[in-house]
Amino acid sequence: MDISAIIVLGGIGALAAVILYIAAQKFKVYEDPRIDEVESVLPAANCGGCGFPGCRGFADACVKADSLESLNCPVGAAEVMTKVAGILGLEAVAADPLIAVVRCNGTCENRAQVNNYDGATSCAIAAALYGGETNCSYGCLGLGDCVVSCSFDAIFVNPETGIPEVDEDKCTACGACVRACPKLLIELRKKGPKSRRIFVSCMNKDKGGPAKKACAVACIGCGKCEKVCEFEAITIENNLAYIDYTRCRLCRKCVEVCPTNAIHELNFPPRKIKEAVAEAAK
Amino acid sequence: MKTFKLGGIHPSENKFSAKQAIKTAPIPAQAVIMLGQCLGAPSTPLVAKGDEVKVGTLLAKPSGFVSTSVHASVSGKVLKIEDVVDASGYKRAAIVIDVAGDEWEPSIDRSPAIVKEITATKEEIIAKVAEFGIVGLGGATFPTHIKLTPPPGKIAEVLLINAVECEPYLTSDHQLMLEKGEEILVGVRLLMKAIGVSKAIIGIENNKPDAIELLSRIAQQYSEIEICPLKVQYPQGGEKQLIDATIGRQVPSGTLPIEVGAVVQNVGTAFAVYEAVQKNKPLFERIITVTGKSVKKPANLLARIGTPLSELIDFCGGLPDDTGKVIGGGPMMGKALTTLSVPMTKGSSGLLIMPSLEAERGKMNNCIRCAKCVSVCPMGLEPFLLMSLSEQEIADWATAEQQHIMDCVECGSCSYTCPSNRPLLDYIRLGKNKVGGIIRSRK
Repeated sequence: MDISAIIVLGGIGALAAVILYIAAQKFKVYEDPRIDEVESVLPAANCGGCGFPGCRGFADACVKADSLESLNCPVGAAEVMTKVAGILGLEAVAADPLIAVVRCNGTCENRAQVNNYDGATSCAIAAALYGGETNCSYGCLGLGDCVVSCSFDAIFVNPETGIPEVDEDKCTACGACVRACPKLLIELRKKGPKSRRIFVSCMNKDKGGPAKKACAVACIGCGKCEKVCEFEAITIENNLAYIDYTRCRLCRKCVEVCPTNAIHELNFPPRKIKEAVAEAAK
Repeated sequence: MKTFKLGGIHPSENKFSAKQAIKTAPIPAQAVIMLGQCLGAPSTPLVAKGDEVKVGTLLAKPSGFVSTSVHASVSGKVLKIEDVVDASGYKRAAIVIDVAGDEWEPSIDRSPAIVKEITATKEEIIAKVAEFGIVGLGGATFPTHIKLTPPPGKIAEVLLINAVECEPYLTSDHQLMLEKGEEILVGVRLLMKAIGVSKAIIGIENNKPDAIELLSRIAQQYSEIEICPLKVQYPQGGEKQLIDATIGRQVPSGTLPIEVGAVVQNVGTAFAVYEAVQKNKPLFERIITVTGKSVKKPANLLARIGTPLSELIDFCGGLPDDTGKVIGGGPMMGKALTTLSVPMTKGSSGLLIMPSLEAERGKMNNCIRCAKCVSVCPMGLEPFLLMSLSEQEIADWATAEQQHIMDCVECGSCSYTCPSNRPLLDYIRLGKNKVGGIIRSRK
């Protein structure tokens, strides 16, 4: 009795093994082993910043591509891309490191609150309801959709200003916050040499008068920066200046002429104040 | 007593302005007429700065299929065309008119006589409704002439008139029925002729017994019009709920009422259609309820489109000191306004001034899975699930679509009933936006 049970079960097992083996051979899908190799050097953040669904999707795209020109892992940047290039025997293409920049400076001081929002804590919901707690309907709502979207804990709302700030060391430029902001305030810009950047910290497309009334540091579209720029980096459209970071040479002339201080400079050494210099000369 | 079968709530009615005779609001010194006054695309302006206009002059023409004409509500000179903050909370284009006198276009019949005889043909009625910019006056402001032309292959069997006024506080439709009953029924017959149906049912909730009695008496002349008293329940004024309540048919998910042979129009729209077809009067004024617990003189006002809402409040005794929120529309589906300079539009059915104590939202707590939101949902949805599917960290639009998020009529019964004060509808509306975008991008 025992023997026959073992024989029957053993037989079924052996038969199943043969069927499974044949099926495995017949329906085998060849997968390039290099995909696994490339994936192993990627950061495994699965943030989607590269434009592919997760790190494996990106690895797959890298292996299939003929050159790495348009492929870049924003999290790993040059270091990881060199490794990927090494595995695939391709040439690494160095991409400029980017960083998220919040283009609104409508702090509690600069922008007067005119109403009180008591709805759900979500920028997307507030933006669908109305223009916001101030008279500027283009500015930051301060409810932190960008903070929730960040997988790297790199953006936080400063409780004093009510405006999000980016932690330069943590930001990987994956672009999640750019997609999360319903007001399209966040932009990925070139990190710049020594992290030095110049940008227009305003998205208000209203005419000068209403813009300035709503916020003390709004871009009023006066065009002074456009005139002073020697590199044609600044364009004005819909009463709003925009600095093209691929052309900007960080000369800081636009920052000086801006009548509303809407243009921001980051990480520059302190400017020598003209009066101080003149006094020292005396 | 008939009512709809699924879900529903009965909030306290608070009809402070009930049976207040319609008063004519003063004409403003400056009228601000929004270009976007219907559900569809904003209209294209036909006038320029400095043009003289009369009451009823065409100011803007439709700019697409779902769009409507906009007429001057005052006489005077066009001051400017600029962006002003409207009820949406964003700046939108509007025509600003400096008022001088009150001169009407001569084509408008201003005599008080009621014209009962219908001489216009089906096509003429629809053309006039389109020409005079009639939109659904219940609040959704969908252009009426489009509703009057059923899509090919669909046959309308019955016209339903929404005289339910299920929103608490609002009384404008009620008062309109009491004062303009004869005209409304002529309007209903005009609508029937335009759609080509031989039966109309007017649904009225039984908290308005005087209106039911009056309209029933007038309707005795017309065998084809039936008055249907309904049990008080919110949101009975929703198209799909009204169809269920009056004729017992359910509109399948994702389709329009015409699928079950019904066309629904608001009672205010019926009156506007009467005025347009029989009196050549464009839609430039409407009845608006100004109400609230602390308002000195709650009233039903006949006000011109483009009147700043602050002037209507002043006319009703001024803004109370304890004001917390001013809501455009009713308390359930209306929207809080950010500024009182917002002008009146075709969709302004009410203006509710809430004391700060009532206006405050309760503190949000965790969902306790009591399923009250599920039991009150008139569309048979699961609001708690749809909310969590729309939350940012765990959003899942594909599942939300499978769970029929697009069927939500945004009545707010779920948020009203939630014991944990969860902003269910806020999140569902966000989800509807996203899923709607995904569905449109597929086409």
